[in-house]
This record gives sequence, C-alpha cells and structure tokens, in this order.
Amino acid sequence: MKRVNAVVIGAGAAGGIVAKELAVAGLSVVLLERGKWYTAADCRKDDLRNQRTTVLGNAFGPEDEGNPRVRVDANGASQIVLPSEGAYSNNAACVGGGTLSYGAQAWRYMPQDFRMKSTYGAPAGSSLEDWPIGYDDLEPFYDKAEYEIGVSGDYSGTPFKGERKRPLPMPPLPPGREFSILEPAAKRLGLHPFHIPMTRNSVPYNGRGPCMRCRWCVGFACEVDAKNGSQNTVIPVALNTGMCELRTECLVKEILVDERGRARGVAYIDEHGHLQEQLSEVVVVSGCATESARLLLNSKSKLFPNGLGNRFDQVGRNLQGHHYTGAMGYFDFETYDDIGPGATIAVSDYNHGTKGLAGGGMLANEFIRLPIHMIDRLPAGTPRWGLAHKQAMRQWHKRTIIIMGPTQQIPSADARVTVDPAVKDHWGLPVVRISGNVHPHTFAIGEMQAQRAEAWLKEAGAIHTSLMSSRPTVVSAGQHQAGTCRMGNDPHSSVVDKYCRIHDVDNVFVIDSSVHVTNGGFNPVLTIMAVAYYAAEALVRSWKGTGLRS
Amino acid sequence: MGPTRNSTGLTRRQFVAAGALGGALVAAGCESAGNGNWEFLTENQARALAAICDQIIPADDFPSASQVGVLNYIDRQLARHYRRHRQTYTDGLNQTEELSRQRFAKEITALAADQQHELVAAIEQRSKAFFNLVRAHTMEGYYGSPRHGGNRDAVSWRMLGLQEPPTLGRAQYDLHQGQHS
Repeated sequence: MKRVNAVVIGAGAAGGIVAKELAVAGLSVVLLERGKWYTAADCRKDDLRNQRTTVLGNAFGPEDEGNPRVRVDANGASQIVLPSEGAYSNNAACVGGGTLSYGAQAWRYMPQDFRMKSTYGAPAGSSLEDWPIGYDDLEPFYDKAEYEIGVSGDYSGTPFKGERKRPLPMPPLPPGREFSILEPAAKRLGLHPFHIPMTRNSVPYNGRGPCMRCRWCVGFACEVDAKNGSQNTVIPVALNTGMCELRTECLVKEILVDERGRARGVAYIDEHGHLQEQLSEVVVVSGCATESARLLLNSKSKLFPNGLGNRFDQVGRNLQGHHYTGAMGYFDFETYDDIGPGATIAVSDYNHGTKGLAGGGMLANEFIRLPIHMIDRLPAGTPRWGLAHKQAMRQWHKRTIIIMGPTQQIPSADARVTVDPAVKDHWGLPVVRISGNVHPHTFAIGEMQAQRAEAWLKEAGAIHTSLMSSRPTVVSAGQHQAGTCRMGNDPHSSVVDKYCRIHDVDNVFVIDSSVHVTNGGFNPVLTIMAVAYYAAEALVRSWKGTGLRS
Repeated sequence: MGPTRNSTGLTRRQFVAAGALGGALVAAGCESAGNGNWEFLTENQARALAAICDQIIPADDFPSASQVGVLNYIDRQLARHYRRHRQTYTDGLNQTEELSRQRFAKEITALAADQQHELVAAIEQRSKAFFNLVRAHTMEGYYGSPRHGGNRDAVSWRMLGLQEPPTLGRAQYDLHQGQHS
C-alpha cells in the first residue's frame, strides 16, 4: 500500500477536521474509521435503538457482538459490559462519530475553564490542573468551527462568556413552549437566560436546509440533514480535495514504530477482516478518549513496552465526562409542544463564582422526551406499574420540564482507562477497562446545581418537583468522555504537548477529547473541534517547516 | 459472555449479513402478529406472560399490554437482542406458575384479576430480576416504536396526545423529493 503523509485514526468530530485541514494543506491523508458511513436515510426514528436509548442496541455503533469492555466497580470487582449498556461509556462508531447523532449543543468553554487550578486550587486528592493553552489561543478556532461546521444560537443574553470577535453565523431557532415558560422565570430569579448554541441549521447554510423541528433529534441521525457534524461538512471537503481517502470498517490494531522510535504507520484490520499496514510519515490518533488511550496502550514495542506515550504511566488517566444533575418539574398546564429539538434555553450564571465550589456548569432544559423516557420519570410516589402508572403517563407526559446540566468534573488520576489483561474483542485485541472515579467534590457541586434547577422550575410554576442527582461510584464518561491523554508541558504528568504531539514520539499526535485537561461545564464538542483546528494548523506549520518529514 | 463471545469466527461482512437476515425475519413476523407462532415462548409461557404484562399495563379506555402486541415484542427480542435473558424468563415463568398453584391452586391464567394482581405483586418481591425485566420490556413494547411488534398503530402515543405520524414543521419539506427551499 502506498505510503502517505498522514494517517488519521477516527472520523469523528476531531478526526474529520484534522483530515480536512491536512488534505487542504496538500498532505496525502488516509482517514481510517472503524464504523460505517450512515446518511440521513438511516435516521430510522427508532426510539429503542439509537445512540441515546440503547435497549435494543446502538444504531450507530458499535455492535454489541464482539466489542466488550470491562468495568471495575467501587469494590474492585470487574464485569464485562456491552456497548448498549450505560456502564460501557459508549460514544459511537461511524463516520461523524458522535456528531452524526448528537444533540448538537455547540458551546465555547469559558476562560476560567482552561485554568481551573489557578482559579480554585486543586482539591486534595484531585488531579485538577490548568490547560497549557487558554481561551484566547482557541478563540480563532472556536470561530472557525462555528462558521465551517455551522452553529446557530445567540449568546447575547448572557454576560458569562469569553470575548468573541463576531456573532454566530445563524440565528437561533424560534423559541418553543418551554423557552417561553422558562425565560421569564429565569429573569425573575436574576439569571441571564439565552439561546443554546447548536451545530444545527436554523436557516439554510452550507448547502443544506434548516431543522424541521421533529421529535427525533438527540440520539438520531437527522432525517433532513440539518444537524451539522463532521460527516456532512469537513469530511466531504477533505474527500473533494482528492488528497484524502476514507476507509470505513477499518479498526486500527496498533501504531507501528521503527527502530529509532518514530512511528512508521499503522496496522489495521480492514473491512474483510484482513490485517493491513498503512505506512505514513505522521500518525494522528482521534479515536475519542477511551479508544485513543486503548490504541496507545495496545501499541507496545521493544522501545515502548508499556505502550506509546506511556513512559510515565499517564496514558488513560484522568478519565472524565460530565456529572449530570438537575430537576424535573410537573405542571398543571401543558408544557409540551412536540417541537424539537427541545433543548433551547440555558443559563451560564452558575458555571463559576460560587463560594466554596470549584466550578459548576450550565443549566438548560432537556431535549424532547419520547414516551419511553417517561416511564421512570413520573412524580415521586407513582406506582411502578399497574393502572395508576398508565394513568400517570397520561397525566404527566405533556406537563413536565426537565432542567439539567453538565457539572464540570474535578478529575482524579485514578479514574482511568487501561487495557484488560484477559478480555479481548472480536479481533483478539485487549479491550478498554474502566476503573476509578472522579473527585468527590464534583458531587457537592452537582447537588447544588440540582437545587438551582429545582428553584428555576418552581419559579416557572411547577406544582411538584423532584431532584435528579446521585453520586455514581464509578467514573461515567459516555458521550462526553475526555482526559485520557492530558495536554501539558511536563512529560511526567501529561501525554501530549500543547500542540497535541506525544512527548515521546515526534510524529504521533493525539487530537480529540483525550487531550482535555478539564472538560468545562458544557457539552464538549465545539472545544474538541476548536482544538482540532488549532492542532491541525500547528501540525501543518511544522510539516511545512519539514520538521516532520523523514 | 466473556472471551468466548468474541470468537464467533464471523467476519465483519458476515455480521452485516446476519443483521440483514434478522431484519427480514422481523418483517416476516409482522405478518403473524399474535397468532401463536412464537419464536421463543411456548404457548403456555405466552399465556402466563400475557397475564403478567396485562397487570403491568392493564386495559382502561385504552388497550392493555397484550392487546397492542407486547407479547410479540418480547418474544421477538428473546430470539434476538434479549437472547441473554431467556433463562431469566424461563425460570421466572416457572416460579410464577409454582407460586400461583401454591397460593391459589390454579394457573395464573385461571385467576381472577385481583388474584393476578396479588400474584404479580408477590413476584415483584420474590423474583426481582425477572419482574424488572418483564416490566421494562412491557413498557418498551407498549410505549416504544411500533416497528418492533408492540404499540400497534402507535396507540400509546395517541393515548398520550402525540400526533402520529408527526407533521409539525414538515410543510417546508417534501420528504420524498427533498426540501423546497
């Protein structure tokens, strides 16, 4: 197989952008994706089989068959888990990765989110740290992501945000009923509500039409292709350059290293089950936090017996996601309008600045609730089954609002991905093993956020409320997984440098949520995209300086 | 489960083929909904399970679980995605019949509605894993997509006041031709 300039592993939010940036700069690129390429026609609107509700499996990968993981509980007991089980911490396996089927909230982190340790000090036992780059470094790339991928929304209602050079390229969708109920209530509480930024067309943009506002959004591919991910933006651009080849259903087994300790390419299993080698001058790992760590750890060689980039046992540590808490409100009038995507209004008043708490998170109304989501969300005291349950479904399905949000987790070095010593996947490769938990201060913040959500609902007229808050005993990474290949200046406490280059190997990069030092109090995808644009620009710069060519 | 489940020897292509076959069987199953051609359950098991499901979601102005095809849903999935739950179902249904004979000297299907309710409440306590599965699967079959054999004619969605099929927002699109604007 012809040697290329760069192999990019994973066609998700980050990998798609890196492939496009490299291809546009003139590098020859092979983009490897373990999943398939789905299109708008694969929406299916199956409420039991999608990326959000997986009782009958994941619609966009991976399959339950042949892709196990191992989860270690708080007592140290390990258990095999399937991709359709929550404990698996799945994101997706397809072209577009999570961006094919996500809810598409497209947040910028706030400036404080990049310097959490300086702002709050590290709670004892945590691994809280500052990023080696700041909001200002990423601002131009946030802007680029907002315009190239396409973001609608309106930040003008909130003073809690970083400086931005221009507004979002698309206006927000018109407010739904929940917005109209929640906005005045938030203002009465002195909060600053605004329209959630979303990678979703509110008007025709990038050659595609606007959102049709159906009820099947988060968890589903968009039926009219109005939800913007890497699969319908940057990846087609990359392919159109003629410089990028996308190979789907190709699972990378390991990064190959030469006798000098530089990467020479990758070994992967192709769609026919055959082992292949793709040689390259640069390798970019963009497999998402859990799978990127797994690949590095599985890339063992004489020079790197503990895996690539893992000389100081840092790969896989600081695994984090978000700690979701909130409240459910029950109303004596209809709050449901059947207009998607549902999540429309947010406040960032509680992300920072509460005395005694190291951070916080945004709060927003939840996406539209399909009937299957309501069965365990009825008011406290409702019987779990029988006539009373059925009647409660009728009474409450259209009379509820959920407010919740992603509490920024305080990371811990013990929350980690390793590879399991015994369990293998379909191809015989050691699988992800997840253990440990984030720092417990996270949960104190989450409980405060739940009370704030409840107060907002009560102000909006809820006649009953219930808190949605718990203290999970194992790190829950899921679709917001991050942190396993921390970015930093010190090789003893991080995996990649500030340009996402592995400390140990000058032609291997990790560009995805793995490098997030902390994960903000927001959905992470726009930051993943901004970091990808930023790191790809640095990579191209050093490529043009010939530093990378061998 | 365990390492053995990873060594089925199928190539990825064959996985895809197996998936497509499954889809064909689902489609074929639609033709024979509820006429006793079960894929996994025996006729006796199906009748007992229907009695439990109808306690979980009884009829009122709207149909009960079994009346909208929840048994089809569960049976189909026990032959597909829920194969791993087969033993729990078999054991749980045996325990249900045993308890029914102990308490009432009759099979569950021969009990009066209030006795069935009492029995299911007892099963909820004594066979938690089984009951929780049946409850979850009954809710899925009743409130989930009709494509899987339950929720016939989307009756539960209509019961909740949801427009089905939904039309909101679609005026700007002709989904067969692509969008107008």
